[in-house]
Amino acid sequence: MNEITFAIVLVTGIGLLSGIILSLASVFMAVPKDEKEEKVRAMLPGANCGACGFSGCDGYAHALASGKAKPGLCTVGGAKVANDIAAYLGAETVKMVPHVSVVHCLGSNDNTVDRADYEGIETCAAAAQVAGSPTLCHYGCIGLGDCVKACAYDALSVRNGVAMVEPENCVACGKCVAACPKHLLSLVPVKKQAVVLCSSCEKGAAVMKVCKVGCIGCMRCEKTCKYDAIHVTDFLAHVDSEKCVGCGECVSVCPRHIIALKG
Amino acid sequence: MKQLLAIFLAAILTENYILEKFLGICPFLGVSKNRKNAIGMSVAVTLVMVISTAVTWPIYYNILVPNGLDYLETIVFILVIAVLVQLIETTLKKYIPSLYNALGVYLPLITTNCAVLGVTMLVLDKHTANPASFGYGQALVNAFGAGIGFLVAMVMFSGVRERIEMNDVPKFWKGLPITLVAASLTAVSFLGFQGLVTGMLGY
Repeated sequence: MNEITFAIVLVTGIGLLSGIILSLASVFMAVPKDEKEEKVRAMLPGANCGACGFSGCDGYAHALASGKAKPGLCTVGGAKVANDIAAYLGAETVKMVPHVSVVHCLGSNDNTVDRADYEGIETCAAAAQVAGSPTLCHYGCIGLGDCVKACAYDALSVRNGVAMVEPENCVACGKCVAACPKHLLSLVPVKKQAVVLCSSCEKGAAVMKVCKVGCIGCMRCEKTCKYDAIHVTDFLAHVDSEKCVGCGECVSVCPRHIIALKG
Repeated sequence: MKQLLAIFLAAILTENYILEKFLGICPFLGVSKNRKNAIGMSVAVTLVMVISTAVTWPIYYNILVPNGLDYLETIVFILVIAVLVQLIETTLKKYIPSLYNALGVYLPLITTNCAVLGVTMLVLDKHTANPASFGYGQALVNAFGAGIGFLVAMVMFSGVRERIEMNDVPKFWKGLPITLVAASLTAVSFLGFQGLVTGMLGY
């Protein structure tokens, strides 16, 4: 047997021996896995988005199986997954209101303009650092798409300078809400209700100057609402989604057309 | 006994694998952010260093050298170290889960740690240079000392880094640049130990 053949045989032999030792070790020293945890993990959607507040689906499954967490924290799986897990664990069924992400800004290129051309790093987070933001309205959407990059479900897009949510694709994981440096996104319950599509806390006159569709805090919606569901604070209307019945009165009286009816 | 002590001290101070030989720099920079992790990593490295030296030395002198295959040492040693790390991981998972959880991701990381490979290969050079007085036992003590030296460097440097975190470092120095400068200064400070062991114990 020549030298090279022996070298090859030797290294292969050592490798093979090691492989056998390791496989034997893994058989003899196998650690029994928690069956409950495995089952629960299989029920979770496996998106690993972290919306539940745990480190991925494995972390949530572990917490569920050991009773440290309650079913219903997984927004991606929604009510079905929550109830499946609750039934399996023998916990009470949970009522989950599905949510959807909403961009509270209509500042598209038709409605507002930029103060200056921004030529820095192409992220909203970086642009927001430059003297507030490159947009004329300090509260408005920058349109560089940090939310789009954060979304793993293709539910967001920037059209004509403002971010839009595709409600069919949105699973309400909340990644975009955290990603927006201007805090323009929020998760709202899916039901028939009014949504204010502006985030500007400027006074009316200042809003008028920078945007065609900003909330000027005129209070007409607040006065019109019979259900005490819409209030103007800091020159910006806010909807209380628990009280809102979706009658649409405020939508018709808004002089700036920034209240929309969802659902 | 005196000779073993000299080898042990030399491995820690004058031949420190991180600060004198510059092996194992990646865990040195990566895992030294806080002291707890640094200690966990160092304990795992020490364990693997001693066990791999214990296994690779006989393989080298009983299998490779007699067959004239000593040029295969690198590939065979890497193979053996990787298997040992995996085996240690499996064993810990089964019998000492608390230590397994504490070591966490650091254990698999050691597989490709060059400090471990360096220890196993450099003890062979030492034996070649001085066959009569540097044998298997001395090699094991050297490996253990190297592990403790790793621990000393990691703990020291984690302290330095914790101080850096609290200071107002200029923006362009933040992160890796200031860490590398601190690492080089720590390495220079270890030069002060040169000749210490020889002068003290006569080896």
